[in-house]
Amino acid sequence: MYAYDELDRQIVRERVAQFASQVERRLDGSLTEEEFRPLRLKNGVYLQLHAYMLRVAIPYGGLSSRQLRQLALIAEKYDRGYGHFTTRTNIQFNWPKLREIPAILGLLADVDMHAIQTSGNCIRNTTTDCFAGAAFDEIEDPRPTAEWIRQWSTLHPEFDWLGRKFKIAVTATQQDRAVLRGHDVGVRIVRNAAGETGYRLYVGGGLGRTPMEGKLVRDFLPRAELLGYLEAILRVYNLEGRRDNKFKARIKILVHEIGLEAFRAQVEAEYSKVVAAAPAPDLREFERITASFDAPDFADLPEVSRKLEQAQAADPDLAQFVARNLFRHKKKGYVALTISLKSIGGAPGDATAEQMRAVADLAEQFSFDQVRVSYKQNLVLPHVRRDDVPEIFAVLKAQGLATPNVDLITDIICCPGLDYCALATARSIPLAQTLSRHFADPDKQKEIGELSIKISGCINACAHHHIANIGILGLEKSGGESYQITIGGDPGDQYALGELLGPGLPASAVPEAIDRVIGVYLDARRQGETFIETYRRLGVTPFKAAFKEIADAVA
Amino acid sequence: MAVVKRPPFPVILVANDLVEGEVIFAAEHGWTRDVRAARVANDAEAAQALEQFGAAQARACKVVDAYLVDVEIEAGVPVPRHYRERLRTLGPSHRLDLGKQADFHL
Ligand code: SF4
Repeated sequence: MYAYDELDRQIVRERVAQFASQVERRLDGSLTEEEFRPLRLKNGVYLQLHAYMLRVAIPYGGLSSRQLRQLALIAEKYDRGYGHFTTRTNIQFNWPKLREIPAILGLLADVDMHAIQTSGNCIRNTTTDCFAGAAFDEIEDPRPTAEWIRQWSTLHPEFDWLGRKFKIAVTATQQDRAVLRGHDVGVRIVRNAAGETGYRLYVGGGLGRTPMEGKLVRDFLPRAELLGYLEAILRVYNLEGRRDNKFKARIKILVHEIGLEAFRAQVEAEYSKVVAAAPAPDLREFERITASFDAPDFADLPEVSRKLEQAQAADPDLAQFVARNLFRHKKKGYVALTISLKSIGGAPGDATAEQMRAVADLAEQFSFDQVRVSYKQNLVLPHVRRDDVPEIFAVLKAQGLATPNVDLITDIICCPGLDYCALATARSIPLAQTLSRHFADPDKQKEIGELSIKISGCINACAHHHIANIGILGLEKSGGESYQITIGGDPGDQYALGELLGPGLPASAVPEAIDRVIGVYLDARRQGETFIETYRRLGVTPFKAAFKEIADAVA
Repeated sequence: MAVVKRPPFPVILVANDLVEGEVIFAAEHGWTRDVRAARVANDAEAAQALEQFGAAQARACKVVDAYLVDVEIEAGVPVPRHYRERLRTLGPSHRLDLGKQADFHL
């Protein structure tokens, strides 16, 4: 993992001191709320429905055991014993007191963490594949690139007050596991015909009020040019993007309004100025970073693990877990193991302090001290020996963390919604819990197969509902909560926004409506087809017809 | 004085405590965390008094985001008409062990 140097540490420490003084000045009245709000937002502090909320950055989802233990300590000492992992792979604490937040930031700084740029109109946490550094199919580890971007974008003076927030994702595989096209900029690590590694860039994707698909802006960019080119993109956005209307201020609107060709021409023109002004691009920093991400000291292991096979034969629960929660590793005898934070009936993405400590211990013992947070709100132990899976499973099971549902219908992505979030128009967590219980039967889940449900509590779409196979958006309708359902969304290579099935439903009607939708799929699917494949073949019409029966019944 | 748009009566005044962040309600004297002790305004004059109290307390750095919320009186207790505000008097609906609903057995 990347280790902070003195400069990184100094930046974070100075920021803690600065924010501590800002809090003091707020409490003694020298700063008004209007003056203070943008300052607290620069440090991840929101005022939510019941309390303040602190969002802590987890750069590209990577945590060490020590860091995770520190998060557990904060949850226990300064919060209510739990934290919520988000689709930006950050963690949120829901109950901190303003006076204590500087102390929390100090504890974070002790383990090289912070809350800088987790909110506000700046470049947010860069995300990546949760299997980075482990995945069998990656061209290279994408984390050095993500870290390079993190360093460049942290406190970047020119891009500290953008028109709106700005999100970047990086991936290094054919299969897009980082929602590249749903980002302001998506960076794909690729190899060109000459065998050189570089970047393919997408721009102008995003969800929220106006969902858009990211567009290819550069097919191949030599590695050394990445930061210069990003600078050109951000500069064009910063100068040309709208600031008159918050809802039209994201880069996706700029790209959409002026068109990709015009946008690209502006970026290329700006880029030639960047190139002319700067010395030749330099890879020294990238190489320094890359060295710190050296692959762990993997052992030479046989492909199969007798031990695991025998344990599976004796324990059907373990067998089920192995079938769902393991991902193929680049190194023989290892796997990447997903820890589902979607227990049946639980709040998606929540983990208690005790669970965090248990995972930290497992990582230390079995996964080279590494944990990852996935945008699907799960945790990953990236480098686990197959031999060790039974032992890990036993610990997870004791902690209520062994739910074998990765990418199944109960692996629901869900934002905090109106149970916490001040912007929400409806609750999302209770509906996720209801659906999770509704589809709890493992055989039923297996029969349905891979299917994503994502629930957002407002149009901001933090839970990515537009790109869910079944997306649910909570709104207010005639003074009550109402849920719109879309289907057919896809976050990956066949990126697609879901289609609305019909009018919003009360929460109580949603499980049955989803049953109907799934019924259409189960009746019509061909051998081996997943839900989304059947949907692509059939189109939305038969699903709409099935949905209508429920909608009409509750109308 | 300009006409202020106010919710229908009766109303209570809701705010966040600046230091704690917690939701609080204007009471007969000062603030309360328990909605059952909230001061209820039934007319424009009483509502204006609540608003003035909120504004003064915001200036004094005691609270943030003070605003009036319309309620119904159920069994003598003010209950916000809107579900969002109702949740703010209780706590997260999936965690009955947390928030005011737990503290006050609401
Ligand atoms: S989608 Fe809306 S309700 Fe959900 S966390 Fe985001 S802003 Fe809040």
